[in-house]
Amino acid sequence: MKAKVYVTLKQSVLDPQGKAIQHSIELLGYQGISDIRQGKYFEIAMDSYSDEEKARAEAMRMAREVLSNPIIEDFRVEMEV
Amino acid sequence: MKFGVIIFPGSNCDHDAYHVISKHVGQPVDFIWHRETDLRSYDAVIIPGGFSYGDYLRAGALARFSPVMNSLKQFAAEGKLVLGICNGFQILCEAGLLPGALIRNRDLHFICGHVNVRVETADTPFTHEMKVSDVLSMPIAHAEGNYVCDNEILDDLQSEDRIVFRYCEADGQITGAANPNGSRDNIAGICNRERNVMGLMPHPERACEELLGSSDGREVFRSLAGVLAAVA
Repeated sequence: MKAKVYVTLKQSVLDPQGKAIQHSIELLGYQGISDIRQGKYFEIAMDSYSDEEKARAEAMRMAREVLSNPIIEDFRVEMEV
Repeated sequence: MKFGVIIFPGSNCDHDAYHVISKHVGQPVDFIWHRETDLRSYDAVIIPGGFSYGDYLRAGALARFSPVMNSLKQFAAEGKLVLGICNGFQILCEAGLLPGALIRNRDLHFICGHVNVRVETADTPFTHEMKVSDVLSMPIAHAEGNYVCDNEILDDLQSEDRIVFRYCEADGQITGAANPNGSRDNIAGICNRERNVMGLMPHPERACEELLGSSDGREVFRSLAGVLAAVA
């Protein structure tokens, strides 16, 4: 079983890296890009877990306690069985 | 009075802090490896600048889980003095000892150079030898020094007089141009509600000798030592 954790900056927090990336992409001629936000992606191998809900709860806890900073970031967890 | 300087893997301003305490404050000081947990013999602990754990995940995020941090929380709760400089400030925020967070600089670059900061409160053990509106010149050296917090935290910081330093012009004016990294409200340093824990992005320990361009940073350590001497 694998947990996939996506960490993104909250909408209220400016993302200067995302802005710089957006600017570069627009320089290449891409149009209609309203926003780019940079985030982090984690894959957590949880091979010894058999209960998906338990594994999800554990991954949520890791995301909350370590992988994200709740003051500036949100996270989302997806499970791959 | 006895000082401690915590060393994490990747700390690199530990010797600067040690030098300033031993030479300019003239007090005993120990290095404290991050795996140690006994802080009982210290009156003040400095978390120095650097790149603890290579800034992996987020600056300061992994240092929070070092064994010494539980002891440091206890140490702070007892009212002992904790000073976090640069990466030390980031660690204190990640550990929840100070509110808010430090994110990537507004202009993305690593910034290295002297800045001016204005003393916003003299009601802390770190600034009580200064006067409000004094301007200090100290160097900054960081990529993640952009202080962010929500409106509620900012209201608390302002109403409780907990903003200690703000980036300013040489004459003390607070302007957008004087803000090197995009920090909210030009914040360069804050303290906790109990006022015994302070974090700041500028490096006072690198501004203690004229040879280095400024000795204004000595005021921070003079204040600290003064408070500890008065208690002793």
